Amino acid sequence: MSPFTTWDIVRNLLLATQWTVLLSLIAFAGGAVVALAALLARTSRNRWARRGTVFYIELFQGTPLLMQLFLFFFGLSLLGLNVPPWLAAAVALILWTGAFLAEIWRGCVEAIPRGQWEASASLAQSYFEQMRYVILPQALRIAVPPTVGFSVQVVKATALTSIIGFVELSKASTMITNATFQPFVVYGFAALIYFALCWPLSKSSQLLERKLNVAHRRH
Amino acid sequence: MSLIAVTEVRKRFGANEVLKGINLDVAPGEVIAIIGKSGSGKSTLLRCINGLETIDEGSIMVAGAQLADDELHLRALRLKVGMIFQGFNLFPHLSAGRNVMLSPMVVKKISAKEAEAEARARLAQVGLEHKFDAYPDELSGGQQQRVAIARALAMRPLALLCDEITSALDPELVNEVLQVVGKLAEEGMTLLMVTHEMRFAREVCDRVVFMHQGRVHEIGPPDIVFESPKTLELRQFLGMT
Amino acid sequence: MAVGLDFGALADYAPVFAKGVAVTCELTLVVGGLGLALGILCAWVRTQGPRVIRPFVSIYVELIRNTPFLIQLFFIFFGLPAVGVSLGEMEAAILAMVVNLGAYACEIIRAGIEATPRGQYEASASLAMSRLQTFRYVVLRPALQRIWPALTSQLVIVMFGSAVCSQIAVEDITFAANFIQSRNFRAFEAYIAATLLYLALALLLRQGMRMLALVLFPRRRAVR
Ligand SMILES: Nc1ncnc2c1ncn2[C@@H]1O[C@H](COP(=O)(O)OP(=O)(O)OP(=O)(O)O)[C@@H](O)[C@H]1O
Ligand SMILES: [Mg+2]
Repeated sequence: MSPFTTWDIVRNLLLATQWTVLLSLIAFAGGAVVALAALLARTSRNRWARRGTVFYIELFQGTPLLMQLFLFFFGLSLLGLNVPPWLAAAVALILWTGAFLAEIWRGCVEAIPRGQWEASASLAQSYFEQMRYVILPQALRIAVPPTVGFSVQVVKATALTSIIGFVELSKASTMITNATFQPFVVYGFAALIYFALCWPLSKSSQLLERKLNVAHRRH
Repeated sequence: MSLIAVTEVRKRFGANEVLKGINLDVAPGEVIAIIGKSGSGKSTLLRCINGLETIDEGSIMVAGAQLADDELHLRALRLKVGMIFQGFNLFPHLSAGRNVMLSPMVVKKISAKEAEAEARARLAQVGLEHKFDAYPDELSGGQQQRVAIARALAMRPLALLCDEITSALDPELVNEVLQVVGKLAEEGMTLLMVTHEMRFAREVCDRVVFMHQGRVHEIGPPDIVFESPKTLELRQFLGMT
Repeated sequence: MAVGLDFGALADYAPVFAKGVAVTCELTLVVGGLGLALGILCAWVRTQGPRVIRPFVSIYVELIRNTPFLIQLFFIFFGLPAVGVSLGEMEAAILAMVVNLGAYACEIIRAGIEATPRGQYEASASLAMSRLQTFRYVVLRPALQRIWPALTSQLVIVMFGSAVCSQIAVEDITFAANFIQSRNFRAFEAYIAATLLYLALALLLRQGMRMLALVLFPRRRAVR
């Protein structure tokens, strides 16, 4: 019999879950900042800013996240920097999250009627004033459900960082499996923990969406 | 000296030339109605004067501010002319009062207190001081349009551009908006308005511009334009043939 | 700081990459077909199938959509043998990907089905069609046409996800890159090449789906 009880397995998995949560938070917060900058550049009047942003977004949405992780992990060391897995993981995930959030938010900005841009322009507001006081406050409201929904993708994406050696829930599962020879139990529990993290986010995204639709119909 | 000087303005959308050399001078305090068939370029002309469209040729000057395609010039121009839209375009996330206060505060950097006093005064001017805290979706169309007028006035413009501002309203709400505009005209505001309200145009305006196929086809005082139109097109437009 | 990139070092390994591309393509095609079929089946159950099995489909969909693919793959490849179900790496990869795509496709297709105007059902009923016939002949095609772009994006995501299958020794593009960099120590070049291959395959896949749509939906406009 294995000297590990089920409780040992679960406890160790939960310990590793901290890192999954932390990395998710970092990726999401950092990604949001990048996305906001990308959004402003993407909708600005400067053609080069727009082109550069499109390129960034297409690049990160158009290639596998695992490749991005490898490239940051090995690429930064090629520059002579010694990158620990957590750093490569964080940088890649932030940029990946930023690319997706930027597109989600752009959709929300574009859902704001053109009249709002024209009215604020006719009141002599600059691009940033229009964005800050008129467009973003409205876009933000409709952006909440899909943004929460995307946070689920971020949590799940952190699992890939195990492949470049960052020890979070997935990596810990593999390590515990190697010690206990109980893959069914270990991966089963790992799946349940991920589910416990993601499902509330999915559900609240759906509820928020429904609430917004009801509010919309009332007006 | 004219307040608004439109000189040889041409505007194309792709291959479609919508304005074909427009000349128009508006004196301070003058009230001008623009009439014409759908698609004759009335809205486009107003939008050009507010810098919402770029022009391909010619020039537009408003009280010394030249229309140009950069933020500094646009801002200077828009500080001098306000615009009222057919669809109101109130900011739905802000109360009526906040709608009026926003631009004076962020563009002109005046204090919140002053902006609020100004907003209350402008709302009173359009008869809506009691709706300061109401949100746009709690107002009727006529009230929304009057808030939009107050919002434009709060920027202290030298002229107002109005593009069919009563066309989206139920018939019984048209008058409350026209009354506000009529009062502005009396008080000496310079107005350039596209309208289908011929009776109103006749009573209030100093001059009427008839646009046809991207040109100023006829222009003159209302009694002449309406009583004895010179061209066939205007006669047809007025239903006189 | 000398940054030497040397893509010439990759030339010798072209056959390895070729094999990888073939495997990734095979995975994507097989999984695309099976996953789409599973998605249609589940979407049918969730919208008009037998009420008793609807909750099970919901649980399946929620479970898959709220856990990482990596864990699903490991559970199937490493976990299932513990309860007596042993699969080869290729079978495990295909099973995991089909199960994964099926859940996402189910939700996408369901949205397409729910957008069917009521009049379509009423007209079919008035023509004495059964519910299944209505679904098969009236509802399904326009529903698929409505959500084809979303389905295409999901298929691309699944193909990108297949990179993870290299972790159970499926010899796909990522496996090839891993193999090569372990031989010539040119990690960066190997992964750049792999990334470009994925980029190209994604373009091809989108083009393929566009052409497939032309065949499947010869009439241009879907009923809205
Ligand atoms: N953004 C645009 N892009 C392309 N064509 C446009 C655009 N805006 C206007 N047009 C075209 O310019 C022409 C004049 O339009 P405009 O809106 O100025 O007419 P109008 O006189 O205001 O008509 P209406 O009485 O219907 O409001 C029309 O043929 C219209 O199709
Ligand atoms: Mg018009």
